[in-house]
Amino acid sequence: MHKIETKNVNFFYGENHALHDISLAMKANTITALIGPSGCGKSTYLRLLNRMNDLIDGTRLEGEILIDGENIYDKNTNAYDLRKNVGMVFQKPNPFPKSIFENVAYGLKVNGITDKAVIEERVHTSIQQVALWDEVKDKLKKSAFELSGGQQQRLCIARALAVQPSVLLMDEPTSALDPISTSKIEELLFELKNKYTIVIVTHNMQQAARASDNTAFFYMGRLIEMDKTKTIFTKPNQKQTEDYITGRFG
Amino acid sequence: MKKAQNLARKKSVSQNIAFTIFSLISYAIVALLVVILAFIVIKGMGVISWEFITEMPKNGMTEGGIFPAIVGTLCLVGVSMVFAFPIGILAAIYMNEYVKDGWVKQIIKQMTNNLAGVPSIVFGLFGMALFVNKLGFGDSILAGGLTLGLLVLPVVIRTTEEALKAIDDSFRQASTGLGASKWQTTSQVVFPIAFPNIITGLILSIGRVSGETAPILFTVAAYFLPKLPTSIFDQAMALPYHLYVIATSGTNIEASRAMAYGTALVLIVIVLISNLLANALRKYFGKKVKMN
Repeated sequence: MHKIETKNVNFFYGENHALHDISLAMKANTITALIGPSGCGKSTYLRLLNRMNDLIDGTRLEGEILIDGENIYDKNTNAYDLRKNVGMVFQKPNPFPKSIFENVAYGLKVNGITDKAVIEERVHTSIQQVALWDEVKDKLKKSAFELSGGQQQRLCIARALAVQPSVLLMDEPTSALDPISTSKIEELLFELKNKYTIVIVTHNMQQAARASDNTAFFYMGRLIEMDKTKTIFTKPNQKQTEDYITGRFG
Repeated sequence: MKKAQNLARKKSVSQNIAFTIFSLISYAIVALLVVILAFIVIKGMGVISWEFITEMPKNGMTEGGIFPAIVGTLCLVGVSMVFAFPIGILAAIYMNEYVKDGWVKQIIKQMTNNLAGVPSIVFGLFGMALFVNKLGFGDSILAGGLTLGLLVLPVVIRTTEEALKAIDDSFRQASTGLGASKWQTTSQVVFPIAFPNIITGLILSIGRVSGETAPILFTVAAYFLPKLPTSIFDQAMALPYHLYVIATSGTNIEASRAMAYGTALVLIVIVLISNLLANALRKYFGKKVKMN
């Protein structure tokens, strides 16, 4: 069974038909890169997977999106539970104005976990998972804003991991970071792949080529093609894909 | 070639003229403020003393101090804050975080703007009709404070709304993405980030409240009341009204002229202090939630 499955999805912002008939599937414990020029719908698609687009007024969805075989847009699906299972990391590091510890603990607390020992254990584990522990273990009580941009972004990943999701959505997670921080995050992706299914939107072709198993190319709200990353970057099926990855447009 | 040079010269000449005009206007504004302040300081400084600030007015308000007016103004500010801050902040949160874009939001927004445009004397009349008469509070700190609270409500709503609007949506999304409810997101993430800017707006509104005369005219202000209020149902003196009284209709206007300037100076200093406090608090809290 596929971890994430999208069947004939059309999505509208008011009158604007943003996604056209998207069908694709992702296996568990893979990294899928979504690429395409700005405004092609890749971020919109990503945000459908944790129902983040629900926050925008006047949107409408047709078709089905299944995670673990369940339609996440079903009436019986609880969006809060869904989002716990589908974590998200954003373009700019956006830690909350709280301490390093409280940032990671936040997701646990809003989900009603009050046992201090459990919280502490999960916070520590999550920070270790993103390879940030050695850098912050002595200053967990300090404000998260004291960290560098790259550290903040890893903290944001830890924050998402703390609520124990099985899917991790990343919306251009390294576009605001320097090359060294970027490579740290990419290394991290390989580690995390063992436990999570990762979907990453990126504008960086090398990143897509380096870090992902599969790549989906979006253009003008349509999925042009999706295949093994190696295939997409060596012998894509579609002319448009080739033009894009070789930099002829975009 | 020559044409291009001419054009460039023309441009730089007109630019210089424009800059000169703009800078002159800016300096003129600063100069105006300095002149007003200097005028009041020079005229009022003479009467400022410890006694002036801490004593009752004496001898038909031509001698003594303005202590009850200072206390009255502080009480009025206090009551108006207790009334306007919670209501204004909650209204702004509702408008910015909860209501969907649409006609409901438009109506609330338009009404808030209209409320901000109502002349303060109308607030005074309304306050008299509602709080003093209808609700039976009489001329009292409560009635005056509530009237001032109404007056400043749109200011509170607007500053809070601006502060909330300035927050990057990704903070809301990050919190929502962890399974937080709207209220958890608003109270635990959005509000703390907006707090430094909200508090600045609130304190600036205190400056506005403490200087208003018209709204307290019919609702609380006493012409002469040489004792301190003991409850919010008492009448009180207030600085702006006291200033008005001793400048226009006191028992001996000439004799109390210096006192009038002294009162104005005290009022200005109170507003100045609250503005400085606003800046200091914004810096203090701003550091705590510093954005990168």
